[in-house]
Amino acid sequence: MREHEKLSRIALEAGTYETLLTRKFAMRKPYAKRDAQAIKALIPGVIERIDATVGAKVRHGDILIIQEAMKMHNRIRAPHDGTIKAIAVAAGEKVGKGQILIEME
Amino acid sequence: MSFTQRIIDFFTRKSTVAKGGGEKAISKQHAGGKMTARERIAALLDPGSFHEYDLFVEHNCQDFGMGDKALPADGVVTGTGTMAGRPVCIYAQDFTVAGGSLGIMHARKITKVMDHAINLGIPIIGINDSGGARIQEGVNSLAGYGEIFYRNTLASGVIPQISVILGPCAGGAVYSPALTDFVFVVDNISKMFITGPEVVKTVLGEEISMEDLGGARVQAEISGNAHFFAESEQQCFDQIKQLFSYLPSSNRQRAAAVAARKPKSSYHIENLIPKDSKEPFDVRDIVRALVDDSEFLEVYELFAANAIIGFARINGETVGVVGNQALVLAGVLDIDASDKIARFVRFCDAFSIPLLTLMDIPGYLPGSDQEHAGVIRHGAKVLYAYSEATVPEITVILRKAYGGGYIAMCSNHLRADFVFAWPTAEIAVMGPEGAANIIFRSEILAAEDPEAMRKLKVKEYTDKFANPYVAAASGYVDAVISPEETRAYIVHALEVTKNKSETRPARKHGTPPF
Repeated sequence: MREHEKLSRIALEAGTYETLLTRKFAMRKPYAKRDAQAIKALIPGVIERIDATVGAKVRHGDILIIQEAMKMHNRIRAPHDGTIKAIAVAAGEKVGKGQILIEME
Repeated sequence: MSFTQRIIDFFTRKSTVAKGGGEKAISKQHAGGKMTARERIAALLDPGSFHEYDLFVEHNCQDFGMGDKALPADGVVTGTGTMAGRPVCIYAQDFTVAGGSLGIMHARKITKVMDHAINLGIPIIGINDSGGARIQEGVNSLAGYGEIFYRNTLASGVIPQISVILGPCAGGAVYSPALTDFVFVVDNISKMFITGPEVVKTVLGEEISMEDLGGARVQAEISGNAHFFAESEQQCFDQIKQLFSYLPSSNRQRAAAVAARKPKSSYHIENLIPKDSKEPFDVRDIVRALVDDSEFLEVYELFAANAIIGFARINGETVGVVGNQALVLAGVLDIDASDKIARFVRFCDAFSIPLLTLMDIPGYLPGSDQEHAGVIRHGAKVLYAYSEATVPEITVILRKAYGGGYIAMCSNHLRADFVFAWPTAEIAVMGPEGAANIIFRSEILAAEDPEAMRKLKVKEYTDKFANPYVAAASGYVDAVISPEETRAYIVHALEVTKNKSETRPARKHGTPPF
């Protein structure tokens, strides 16, 4: 074992172990319950058009944003009925995967 | 004992065992919206067709006070019957008996009926509803699981294997379903996980509910462990019957053909294609416009919806359909879609089901998460599966066919028998924007108005390459056809490929990037 390698404790059903962690395990993102109010970009791309307006009531399936990505005008729809609380992006803006586009309430 | 007494004795024994865990346990099962093992089999098979075996099997465990404990039928119902007149082997774990826990005799009943299925060349359906290993039986219980997994592997590609999760299925138990071809789950009833929420909490400190960790929706939508999701047990059984109708009983037969029917007139293909190639459409509508009676049984409807797979009939014969779904994530290939497509292609190939691929692929999903999670090795599975397949393979390029995605989606190069392309097809090494930026880089930079020059060059590239004719000129597309003609071309292609035979170099087996 090299010096910089530190053992971690890990508790499994069969007992607790002193062990090394893989880099992937150490860097893992812990589980977080999905926030149903935050609409995030599922794919990197450019905001082509914003149909949603702050304060507007929307229904499940309404188109909120058109995002150009992978040579396609992708329709981003309301995941449920609700009201638009905030729009976090502007038309023409480049967005990354996972970036919040709209918050609903 | 007189003859009459013996007969009475027999019926008494039979009815006692057939009651499983007894009235109280049965009421509890019903209260949870669940049927009993025998009710499930009755609901799934043709009425009166079920023949049960090994009803009087008893466990042989003497430890931990098990010696004087009776476990009726050892907690699992096994037998043969028919579905739509076709024979099947079936087993259903009985949760009312010791929580459906698996001991060695319970496992032997299952492996016996699995052996029948393999030897007789008939499909097997396993209904899982079990708390897991019977702890009192120790390593014998593990031996039981191992014997089941071994047979699942032997049966793979020989007979269709269907798993139905109608209760908990945890720990080692999950690996039998995972090895089978199709897994069915029901909302609020099915739970699958290797380690439960408590262990996840102790090890990782993560708080998560059982439903969020391994409920039906999670398995069908996120993990991809389940192929079919239903709201109720009855709906689940209807799905199984529907799937069953498309499948052959074994790899020694072909799926039964039915009378040919035209697609419904409501699916008119010309009306389904948007004028702007950047506008998405639902590729499932294109499928319905092409197949008999517009009937398409989608597999993995909720998982990796950027690709679609499923069964349909063309001219009465079963076909496996694969398509890129522009409506979701622009139809890109990613890790999950690759897994989904590759396994389906291998299933169809194993069971002599011709493959129809509808290509509309802008490329692979960019991003560090995909790269780090291994999109290269997972994406390679699609190449492997299509290259390996020797069933008739027909590809229709609807619109986009860019880069590696074009090669992967059953191109001419991976030995599609026929590749047809619509006039709307764009078959090129990459999209016009990207290509123009690279090829004409110096000209764009040197121009007085680089942006105007870039636009000009993008247009030049689009005009020249974003069409099917460059590929057709090299013979990579067999025919450019109008959308209206598509079904006729597919029907004909299936006719002429019916006796296709293709050989492969001798080998024990390939080494796909699992």
